[in-house]
Amino acid sequence: MNVFLTQLLNGLDKGGAYALIALGLTLVFGTLGVVNFAHGALFMLGCFCAVAFRYLLTIETVTIDPEQLSPWGAPLEVKTPVIQAWLGDFGAVLVDYSVPISILLAVPLMLLIGIAMERGLIKHFYKRTHAEQILVTFGLAIVLAEIVKTFFGPNPIPQPIPTALRGAADVGSWLGFAPHAITYPWWRLIYLMFSGVVIAGVFAFLQFTTYGMVVRAGMADREAVSILGINIDRRFTVVFGLAAVVAGVAGVMYTPLLAPNYMLGMDFLVLSFVVVVVGGMGSLGGAVAAGFLLGILQSFASMNEVRAIFPGIDQVIIYLVAVVILLVRPRGLMGRRGVMEG
Amino acid sequence: METKDNVVLHVADVHKRFGGLHALADIDLQIEEGKTHAIIGPNGAGKSTLLNVIIGRLAPTSGAVVFDGTVLTGKKPHEINQLGVARVFQTPEIFADLSVLQNVMTPAFARRDGAFRINMFRSTDNETEIREEAEAILEDVGLIERRGVNSGALSRGDKRRLELAMCLIQKPRLLLLDEPTAGMSRHDTNTTIELLKKIKARGMTKVIIEHDMHVVFSLADRMSVLAGGRIIAEGLPSEIKGDPRVQEAYLGGAYT
Amino acid sequence: MLSLSRKDLISLVIFAAVVVAMPLWLAPFGAAYPGLMQKFAIAAIFAIGFNILFGLTGYLSFGHAAFLGVGSYTTVWTFKLLGMEILPAIIFAIIVAGLFSLIIGYFSLRRTGIYFSILTLAFAQMSYSLAYSVLTPITNGETGLLLARGDPRVLDMAFGNQVDGAGLPFPTLFGMELGGYGGFYLCAVVLILSFFISQKIFASPFGMALRSIKSNQMRMSYTGFDIKPYLLTAFVISGMFAGLAGALMSVTDPLAGAERMKWTESGNVVLMTILGGVGTLFGPVIGAWLIEYFENIFSAINYNMLNGFFGFLPDGVRDVAVTVSSKFVGEGWHLTLGLLFVVVVVFLPGGVMEGVRRLSAYFKDRTGRTPEPVTKASAAE
Repeated sequence: MNVFLTQLLNGLDKGGAYALIALGLTLVFGTLGVVNFAHGALFMLGCFCAVAFRYLLTIETVTIDPEQLSPWGAPLEVKTPVIQAWLGDFGAVLVDYSVPISILLAVPLMLLIGIAMERGLIKHFYKRTHAEQILVTFGLAIVLAEIVKTFFGPNPIPQPIPTALRGAADVGSWLGFAPHAITYPWWRLIYLMFSGVVIAGVFAFLQFTTYGMVVRAGMADREAVSILGINIDRRFTVVFGLAAVVAGVAGVMYTPLLAPNYMLGMDFLVLSFVVVVVGGMGSLGGAVAAGFLLGILQSFASMNEVRAIFPGIDQVIIYLVAVVILLVRPRGLMGRRGVMEG
Repeated sequence: METKDNVVLHVADVHKRFGGLHALADIDLQIEEGKTHAIIGPNGAGKSTLLNVIIGRLAPTSGAVVFDGTVLTGKKPHEINQLGVARVFQTPEIFADLSVLQNVMTPAFARRDGAFRINMFRSTDNETEIREEAEAILEDVGLIERRGVNSGALSRGDKRRLELAMCLIQKPRLLLLDEPTAGMSRHDTNTTIELLKKIKARGMTKVIIEHDMHVVFSLADRMSVLAGGRIIAEGLPSEIKGDPRVQEAYLGGAYT
Repeated sequence: MLSLSRKDLISLVIFAAVVVAMPLWLAPFGAAYPGLMQKFAIAAIFAIGFNILFGLTGYLSFGHAAFLGVGSYTTVWTFKLLGMEILPAIIFAIIVAGLFSLIIGYFSLRRTGIYFSILTLAFAQMSYSLAYSVLTPITNGETGLLLARGDPRVLDMAFGNQVDGAGLPFPTLFGMELGGYGGFYLCAVVLILSFFISQKIFASPFGMALRSIKSNQMRMSYTGFDIKPYLLTAFVISGMFAGLAGALMSVTDPLAGAERMKWTESGNVVLMTILGGVGTLFGPVIGAWLIEYFENIFSAINYNMLNGFFGFLPDGVRDVAVTVSSKFVGEGWHLTLGLLFVVVVVFLPGGVMEGVRRLSAYFKDRTGRTPEPVTKASAAE
């Protein structure tokens, strides 16, 4: 039971990341009808928002302190982050919490990037074939990745977890197990809760706002909504921006778990497509469910006990599940008839 | 029920339910070889459901459709077509990316080569016989001038004519027409009527679902009136015209 | 059976001339190495086959690299077990890739649209992962499958073709070793043959049926066509082409690795086909060459070469030019490729071939204005 719970928890945070990426991807699919191969790049850009923010925070001034001497007898060079010099201890806290705080930077930035992408490029491709959408968004993804590479280099840049959150939560004792039977790193727990909050937020937005209602109507029947005279184009821009923000913040928070490099987007792209399709085209709930399902199954498949019985299962589990689900259920878990089937 | 001798299509005791809705009840239709049989009825009477049951798109809840001694129920659309049943849809279904001529040649290959044949080393250009046949039919429907045009660019009326040509080249024994003149101008409707009369002369059996009484009375040899999922009357057009039940149910007494 | 329409025959002759003359016209582009031209030819074969599925039926497979990989592995295994003769290896590779695609196609084609794409992707990714892990006895895992001096090579041994010297055996075509230009011309001949087959399929009733399926599946089944076997045949044909391409990779360089089955390879052929023009005869070839050119030539350009190229400029300007352009070549070739995709799709919907078509339509329009009878008369004289 303990092992089971531990693996379940391990799968959940990864599932959360899959679900967040898939959510934006399927929103764009469903409302805009665009196959967005640049969606993984948006996640990657989110990661680099965190990286960039930390760079800014840790710009240092070097002062020479004549009172202190280095071991070689020269006056010691003291490096202080500018922010700390200005703001004192509060500055130090800022640096420590750079990852979660960079969400504040990521949200407006990703919104801007998303809107710019949609207005500048994607909107011209609503009526074009899926093949052309794939080519243009894939090209865009490559360009974005290369731009990031020129600024940040090709190597992964690890991001620290805030000091206070580095330990592990004794989840087991909360649930009545023996102390330390089931532990779960705080940051993973935070990521899980974070993804839950974001998912709930997106659903609430779609459920309770007029914007959201139009978007849902647009997902169901685009023609009808545009006939009603609602300026659907502007709403679509917002949807794309929203998808970019969701992917972006998912990336920001994921940086302490996986050091980002410029290729990260491509790796997540394929997985998130699998997640969306397994969930079913045009279904937001399906995407979320599939994200968590695949995350958890992947976690179980990587257990030594399982691998001993089915060698190599951890490598193929996601694709195996995708094949089985798609063969048993024609439109994935909750897909709607006629969406992207042609 | 017995099938009469010269009957090509027998819709035998067909019922179709959608949940609680009895869309078709107790339908028994016998369509004779070479005749044009019209099915009329008010909106929602079950005409399209009946056609979809005949063509195999919907499975009847009970009963069977027998075509020339073969039970169609449970067969796939392409199998039904290979038996000699072709269908014209209410909204024209054509190959919009292909040229008009190719649209008409493709069905001819299905008739000649069957449901599946890997003839990838034959050349379409060398299929003179089929091309000439296709051109003759395009001549008949008045589209010969436009044979090289991409069929997606045709007007709606022309698309309907093209679809009819696609069915005709297969020389089906039974042709099902779902409102062949819906949405056409009077002039186009008349041309289509002339065209269908021409086919009639060739002895093809036809089932027509139609709203337009002008079309029905110009073409039909026999008529069935469908209302509320049942056949309320059947007979010669002249009989139907005078039947008070029909006038009440469908014509509302206006068409006299 | 081998006849072509006049137009197709002209296309074939032009195509063959272009392929055979590659060493000449690629020289100014710095790409006239046999090893590189082989790659061009092989990528084009892969794309031509892919286009028979994607271009004609509209079914977008994201897993064709699996068949490429299977072709490669089969070829190396044939070399190891039977002998170094090329033809049997290629034939086996095509057969095995065909069988493999029959299985994957049978299941994947039960779905349409993006569901089909993801099924093919999933099958291919499973093959890729398994080739790395469980199937190591067959694939030799990360090292890749290599020839060894101790291989049985039954046929070679039976005919007394021993390896002389210390090295590994070389693939042979009817007993002749293929090195350098030999390898290129083998690939070139196969490419021309592939192009011819694709022309035949495009012009056949079978090809027309595939296009009709793409256009309107429902009409197709009400017209009496059984759609499934048509799609499966197209899938297997394109899988066999992929196997052929994989075989040629291993013929020209006798090793096989799992990375050939990765989704990026599948994605590559998708991009080649779309870039050149989906459903056109020349498009996939052009797309394949463009992408291969960027991958191999642009990536190899370095600072010194740029300095030489911009040498005519004054120092300051040259430095700026070199710095800016260096972002687009060498390590940055991906950037150029990405921009190329965007530019092509934005300005040439339908790929490069669409641009060619527009251009020729434009010129036809202009020349069309010159009075027709005059040209005819002058031709008669």
